[in-house]
Amino acid sequence: MDSNSSSPRVGVFVCHCGSNIAGTVDVEKVAQEISKMEGVAYAGTYIYMCSDPGQKLMRETIEKEKLDRVVVAACSPTLHEKTFQINSKNAGLNPYQCEIANIREHCSWVHEDNKKATEKAIKITKSIVEKVKEDKSLTDIEVPITKKAIVIGGGVSGIQAALDIANGGYKTYLIEKDSSIGGKMAKLSETFPTLDCSQCILTPKMVEASNHPNIELMTYSEVESVSGYVGNFKVKIKKKPTSVNWDLCTGCGDCYNKCPAKVPSEFQEGLSKRAAIYIPFPQAVPNKPVIDRENCLYYQKGICKICEKVCKIGAIDFDMKEDIVEIDTGAIVVATGYREYPLENLTEYGGGKYPNVISGLKFERLLSASGPTGGQIIRPSDGKSVKDIVFVQCAGSRDIEEHKPYCSKICCMYTAKHAMLFKHKVHDGNAYVFYIDVRTAGKDYEEFYYRTTEEDHALYTRGKVSKIFEDGEKVVVWGVDTLTGKKVEIKADLAVLAMAIEPSVGIKELQQKLKISIDENGFLKEAHPKLRPVESMTSGIFFAGAAQGPKDIPESVSQAGAAASKVLSMFSSNMLHKEPLICEIDEDVCSGCGVCIALCPYKALEAEITTKEGKEVKRSKLNEALCQGCGTCSSACPSGAATMRNDETKNMFKMIEVILE
Amino acid sequence: MENYEPKIIAFLCKWCTYAGADLAGVSRLKFSPNAIPIRVMCSGRVDPSFILDAFSKGADGVLVGGCHPGDCHYAQGNYKTLRRVKLLKALIKEMGLEEERLRLEWISASEGNKFKEVVNDMTIKLKELGPSPLKKEE
Repeated sequence: MDSNSSSPRVGVFVCHCGSNIAGTVDVEKVAQEISKMEGVAYAGTYIYMCSDPGQKLMRETIEKEKLDRVVVAACSPTLHEKTFQINSKNAGLNPYQCEIANIREHCSWVHEDNKKATEKAIKITKSIVEKVKEDKSLTDIEVPITKKAIVIGGGVSGIQAALDIANGGYKTYLIEKDSSIGGKMAKLSETFPTLDCSQCILTPKMVEASNHPNIELMTYSEVESVSGYVGNFKVKIKKKPTSVNWDLCTGCGDCYNKCPAKVPSEFQEGLSKRAAIYIPFPQAVPNKPVIDRENCLYYQKGICKICEKVCKIGAIDFDMKEDIVEIDTGAIVVATGYREYPLENLTEYGGGKYPNVISGLKFERLLSASGPTGGQIIRPSDGKSVKDIVFVQCAGSRDIEEHKPYCSKICCMYTAKHAMLFKHKVHDGNAYVFYIDVRTAGKDYEEFYYRTTEEDHALYTRGKVSKIFEDGEKVVVWGVDTLTGKKVEIKADLAVLAMAIEPSVGIKELQQKLKISIDENGFLKEAHPKLRPVESMTSGIFFAGAAQGPKDIPESVSQAGAAASKVLSMFSSNMLHKEPLICEIDEDVCSGCGVCIALCPYKALEAEITTKEGKEVKRSKLNEALCQGCGTCSSACPSGAATMRNDETKNMFKMIEVILE
Repeated sequence: MENYEPKIIAFLCKWCTYAGADLAGVSRLKFSPNAIPIRVMCSGRVDPSFILDAFSKGADGVLVGGCHPGDCHYAQGNYKTLRRVKLLKALIKEMGLEEERLRLEWISASEGNKFKEVVNDMTIKLKELGPSPLKKEE
């Protein structure tokens, strides 16, 4: 069948989508109107076009009506364009001559007036019919894949993704901005619902990642820039100067034991101090120190250099410069995690003002055996023991007016864990919990929560806390028990706020470098919330962990595995198939002016001198592998030599015409 | 004139605004049906001739939707569009069209609500302006 013939036979399949489309749009009328169009050989409807019988109907009709191109008027192309293209291909058509008219997201779901919605659906479908009539039969472009991966973020998600890809046999670079991998999980005491010690389950994985022959750890490093495309990214990594030669350093610890500069430890959430030359925590991987130049006496005042004097092997290098390395990679996994919403933002609870009002993560450090108190619960203000403790859930979460509108998901469970562990340590203590709802959806989670209330007798009060203030040595918590309607006042020794979680600092810059989207809350936006939850809209870039939305450890690890499997399935073929919807230069028309060359963001066009009828002529030459099909060249080409495949200017004029008729 | 419904052609970039319009749908927001979307790979693909063609064929308004500055999937396509639209606004004025008839908006994939607001607002403004002076008398 010559699918580029001048008299096309278009088949139009209008989907009811149950009542999603047919409830607002008169689908029969759409089919009826479309059938009157020139070149339309068939127009019909079906209740679920994407279902197996729907797809079968399509294939049978293509054969019966001798169709050579197809329009499916249904949901957004983001959802089922591929489905229908594959189906057309299976029926013997060229997949690039199958187009989607979006009459659901862009029409039936957003309009209420049936008549107007039907009219709009007809126009949308007509415009796509005009497009498909001009569509040419195209073949995919094959491009080679660099079978190496980069994982950005060295928390539990990143570690897991890197391990899974590396175990699949491919070189993986694990990039971490801090000097050690481990992320937030390394800070946790025990983990719900099993009360495994966090360090006990995480540190072996950290060591495994560090020793893995296929993993190259790049800590104290950040992504500087990203170029290229799926299968062939080029990522520039900035290696920040550690000021310590890690090849020489043995990790003996003499330097940080002798360093006189002391600053609050980030790892201990400010509960203790660290030196200016430091490893963040004793189990750090790699177990090598860095100099925090902002707090180092030598960098700030030009004096000291004690670390250099005590380092017997001469590993201190005050002149170390930052280094930029470029890595070729086929796939990128973003696992940059989360941070706690700043405590200072909760002024109504005295966040950041009262030392005995602390965040959940800080409480983890108080609980932890590796914490500054060795797991003893004391008040940060005076070191006195804690008898009455109040936990405030949804501190900043589910608060549309002031803070974050979403549920941070992990806080109900970790608060139950906090209350339980507190009661295990302080048997005669009282643990009060204020909650809006207790959400325990997860395997063994509800049972865990019951243990906290029934066996460990944590006292749960349903209601929001209105205010926290200091009164002498105590912090006073005001709230309302919404079940009894009574005001509640608790004089406590310590208040722990289950802070909302938000994406890590720098997500916006990274998102721009990677050309991926974020949602209204700043979390990474997936290609489809249900069907493609670990993929970005940009092919070759995947997500793992809380950077995509609040997640607990089991979910983060699962998602990391899912992202790794996407990478591995990509690496299982030797060539990538790239959509051929890119630029085309008409050599006979191109005058060689070079406007397109200057505009192309991918350097896919270059000037070429060729001989034409005995004369030397200049023209633009396209590198198909580099072109991403944005069309900027085509819009600027003064002669019309640069066109976009299946998106040519003349197609566009016809689409405009049919919409406005 | 009372029943005048402006015709708007909306060129939406695949990566941001088209996805934003999809989100408006998924969120079941309700807005005026006057804008008919055309998907383009990038707002930078919107050739000035598309816009002029739309006006010459009787569009009352043209909306171009692209990614926010810095967010363009193709690095800088939206900046090119910004420059083109500025020039085009001056040009359509010469043609006797009000420059408000051409509108460029940055709408991200997470801004379904903004898409709704823009389409509604544009419809209202175009109703105030009345039909395009270039529209052929029927």
